[in-house]
Amino acid sequence: MTQQVLNAIFIGSIYALFAVGYTLVFGVLDVLNLAHSAVFMLGAVVTYSLVALHGMPFLPAAVIAILVCGLLGLLIEFVALRPLRRRNAPPISALISTIGLALIFVAIVEQATSGSLFSWLWQDGANSVRFPTGTVPNPTYHVGGLTIEGTKLGILIISVVLMLVLGYVMRFTQVGRALRAVAENRRAATLLGINVDRIFASTLFVSSALGGLAGLLFGLALSDISPYIGRDQVELKGLAVIVLGGMGSIPGAVLGGYLLGLIEVFAFVRFGSNVEAGVAFAALFLVLVLRPQGLFGARLRERL
Amino acid sequence: MDFFIQLFTDPVGFYNQHELLIAQIGINAILAISIFVTFYSGQLTLANAGFMAIGAYTTVIMSLYLPTPLPVDMLVGALLAAAIGFLVGLPVLRLRGVFLAIATIGFVEALRLGVILNVPITGEGQGLKNPSADPLGGILPILISVPILTYLVWRLTHTRLGQAWAAIREDELAASSNGINVPAYKMVAFVISALVAGYAGALETHINFFVDPTEYSVTRTIQILTFAVVGGTTNVIGPIVGAVFLTALPEIVRQFAAYRDVVNGIILILVITLTSSDRLAVCTPSMTCPWKSRKAPSSA
Repeated sequence: MTQQVLNAIFIGSIYALFAVGYTLVFGVLDVLNLAHSAVFMLGAVVTYSLVALHGMPFLPAAVIAILVCGLLGLLIEFVALRPLRRRNAPPISALISTIGLALIFVAIVEQATSGSLFSWLWQDGANSVRFPTGTVPNPTYHVGGLTIEGTKLGILIISVVLMLVLGYVMRFTQVGRALRAVAENRRAATLLGINVDRIFASTLFVSSALGGLAGLLFGLALSDISPYIGRDQVELKGLAVIVLGGMGSIPGAVLGGYLLGLIEVFAFVRFGSNVEAGVAFAALFLVLVLRPQGLFGARLRERL
Repeated sequence: MDFFIQLFTDPVGFYNQHELLIAQIGINAILAISIFVTFYSGQLTLANAGFMAIGAYTTVIMSLYLPTPLPVDMLVGALLAAAIGFLVGLPVLRLRGVFLAIATIGFVEALRLGVILNVPITGEGQGLKNPSADPLGGILPILISVPILTYLVWRLTHTRLGQAWAAIREDELAASSNGINVPAYKMVAFVISALVAGYAGALETHINFFVDPTEYSVTRTIQILTFAVVGGTTNVIGPIVGAVFLTALPEIVRQFAAYRDVVNGIILILVITLTSSDRLAVCTPSMTCPWKSRKAPSSA
């Protein structure tokens, strides 16, 4: 049982890392960025591509991939979000334009085989691959009957540290205060001399970099990298997480991530893998209907 | 280009060669009608794929186990989709905007992953073989259904009901202060949308020998959404044009067939960023006439 809780915490950290980026954009821009899961996937794909196709060591590859994902965030901002803001379009339009970008990202990877236009990025089409063995040393520890894999432990530590850093930045730095001001009231923030467009761009950069990191950690730990990991594994679960935690609330997303991890692992233990897959959506549905402000009661005005 | 040349010089040959494409266009047109109804009342619901699944599975399961004629099976399928639409709508329609979209996505996936993949009668992950499939005979009912449904929904948008939907879409508060029962009218739109989607699902089993659970995921709903957005939703013709255009597109430009999603994505972004206006509603008249959105932004 303790082993299961351990697994729950580990998968929960990935959910949380992914959902924090999701919820950050929703909190600041009021936009549901459905391209976030495609960026998650590209985080894993770019790292894999640099390691397996271009022979780079893992660490620099991971850093480059995270930066690439951040830049993709800027692409999302400039292509899908800013033109709509200029027209004062309703937030729903942004949801649709980010779906468009997600379609493009996934299709590019999915259609890439050796000899095609994007073979420098990906050569396995719709197939799932894993990092070559030995990319990252993975010592296994045995502590009182528990098995702890080194990579999973590392992922847990990285996620927790990053989320603490993000929490610190949001609360105690000038950037964080500016971000919260924009989230609170865009017009008042502009009047106070905050460059709102720059805040939006940096929000997208940070959010997408976190998404990319979550993706590459997912690919590393679960040995599953394919064009569909974003869409199938985390996109809708990420939605469930941020709804559980209250849309736009960062602590809520973190708690929601671990909670979903726990719910899933226990559903799996109790009812098997078929039920595990559906339980996130049942939770999502129930929370939205019974308690739309989220389980942890984030007041809508104080989301960040 | 050959595609169009053949369409005009040899319509019969064209029909024979592209029967399945035509059937698929018809199905997608009906799905476009289904999403149009909720769009027209100002709601972004993404449950269509779930209702399709209900229609399709009911039809196939009934033709497997009951001696009823196929049209009865299909009717039951569509009605069951509408009934479940009503039950789902009761809690869900209290939500708005993004939350409504997310809740309906949750419904689609909970239905597919939670119910369809776990109940033995649906064949679980394996899907179901469909004994009543008749790909060639199935086209005629589809081709007849499209104009009939189009006409019915077009008429509907010009009745009191349609005007109430338009009023809710433009301004929910103003509508309700004018005595329009907003929740009831929203529910009617949602149930009609579910009925049409269920019917499309039932019709589609005609042309497929197999009912595959992966067909009814959120991806399908997003495809349907694309039809409505690209075609515009001022009137029922818009989404149908979108469905016809986007379904036929990969056939027209064969060299891009592999990258059809890239093309779809680009079209989606262009359409939404170039035509979206400052109104609060999901869709506005300016979505099909971009020149109208050039007015000064409102103070909101």
